[in-house]
Amino acid sequence: MKWFDYSAPSSLSEALKLLRENSQALLLAGGTDLLVQMRAGRKQTDLVIDIKNIAELNQLVLDASGLRLGAAVPCYRIYNHRDIARGYPALSDVASLIGGTQIQGRASIGGNLCNAAPSADAVPLLIALGAICRIAGPSGERTVPVEEFCTAPGKTVLKQGELLVSLHLPPPKPHSGAAYLRFIPRNEMDIAVAGAGVSVELNNGNFQSVRIALGAVAPTPLYAKQAGDSLAGKPVNDACIQTAAELAKAAASPITDMRGTAEYRRHLCAVLTARALKQAIQRAQEAK
Amino acid sequence: MHKKVHVQATINNEPVEFLCEPRQSLLECLRDILGLTGTKEGCNDGNCGACTVVLDDRIVTSCLVLGVEAQGRKITTIEGIAEGHKLHPLQQAFLENAALQCGVCTPGFLVAAKALLDAEPNPSEERIRLWLANNLCRCTGYDKIVRAVKQCATEVNA
Repeated sequence: MKWFDYSAPSSLSEALKLLRENSQALLLAGGTDLLVQMRAGRKQTDLVIDIKNIAELNQLVLDASGLRLGAAVPCYRIYNHRDIARGYPALSDVASLIGGTQIQGRASIGGNLCNAAPSADAVPLLIALGAICRIAGPSGERTVPVEEFCTAPGKTVLKQGELLVSLHLPPPKPHSGAAYLRFIPRNEMDIAVAGAGVSVELNNGNFQSVRIALGAVAPTPLYAKQAGDSLAGKPVNDACIQTAAELAKAAASPITDMRGTAEYRRHLCAVLTARALKQAIQRAQEAK
Repeated sequence: MHKKVHVQATINNEPVEFLCEPRQSLLECLRDILGLTGTKEGCNDGNCGACTVVLDDRIVTSCLVLGVEAQGRKITTIEGIAEGHKLHPLQQAFLENAALQCGVCTPGFLVAAKALLDAEPNPSEERIRLWLANNLCRCTGYDKIVRAVKQCATEVNA
């Protein structure tokens, strides 16, 4: 790795100042993507800004307004949090399937989002859960719905001098549930061939509202709005689930690579969407 | 002008100071600056787990931690597992079960498995395998490693 300087500011304003003064600075949270990319020469910088000492980026607060998840909170803090396991079990699932134990000790959901890989495991679920990104920058703060955050592989809406502070998830509604499923050829430690994140809200045996998002089948994690919307007001049955799964499949625009062919990935979209819907429905039915 | 950074940390319960370049990984600092060569370099990108150490209360791959991040933190490496010449029961169980061949992955497996047993004294086989998924071994085929961890858990709990 080329020489760089290191700074670990303890406040957001200090971090923003450093970012303003060093246009090429890179932000370090868990480092499980960044350090690999720097070592491979894919990213270079004169300054690494470690954001883990900033309170706002480390917050993990669950209250009546939902979940505020600081961008640098490592995965293990999410799946070790009992109230998150109860309120957002699908988020616990995702935090425990990114990498292995050692990676989960460092990697953050915010970093998974900012790395903007099409296959990022956390992002389809964040889209399904309706997460909002809180961004701080030179001209103050702004919010962006998570489905608009990634713009291309490795690219995001973050502008010069901006950083992701936190993700805000709305409180779980009564009779709602969510799930994320991915396909990998082994049991763990792999990159998704395809993934599907869904959330459902039920009302007397019908779907009230549904959000479906897909991973690794488009240049960015993909919000399949039409597929989810098709279920609103429909009865909870296999035929409706299959229709939504086919719409999700139609929304995908995958490529063929070493992990799978485009055709196989499209097939997986339908299978994973249907299975994730069934798991989310079960969670919604068990929810109080 | 580039400046090295002075880092103070607690390593294997001893206060330690070292001077490092910000670009040096914790793994490089442990091995090349501090002479703690028990921690091994395998893939150097977080996949193989050979460089596993405990950072505060979590296991991490030290190749994906910067040495400067160790400032004020507590680190346990493989050198901190045995008590003098007395092996930790997990190390003994690895020997008894022949849970190592070339030995490069072994320090990482020991540090990772000890952290599991410290947190969960009696894990299932599935739990052991999942916990150790970030540790690769190209010699043993894992069964002997899993058996050693299981045996250690059983003996310590007996």
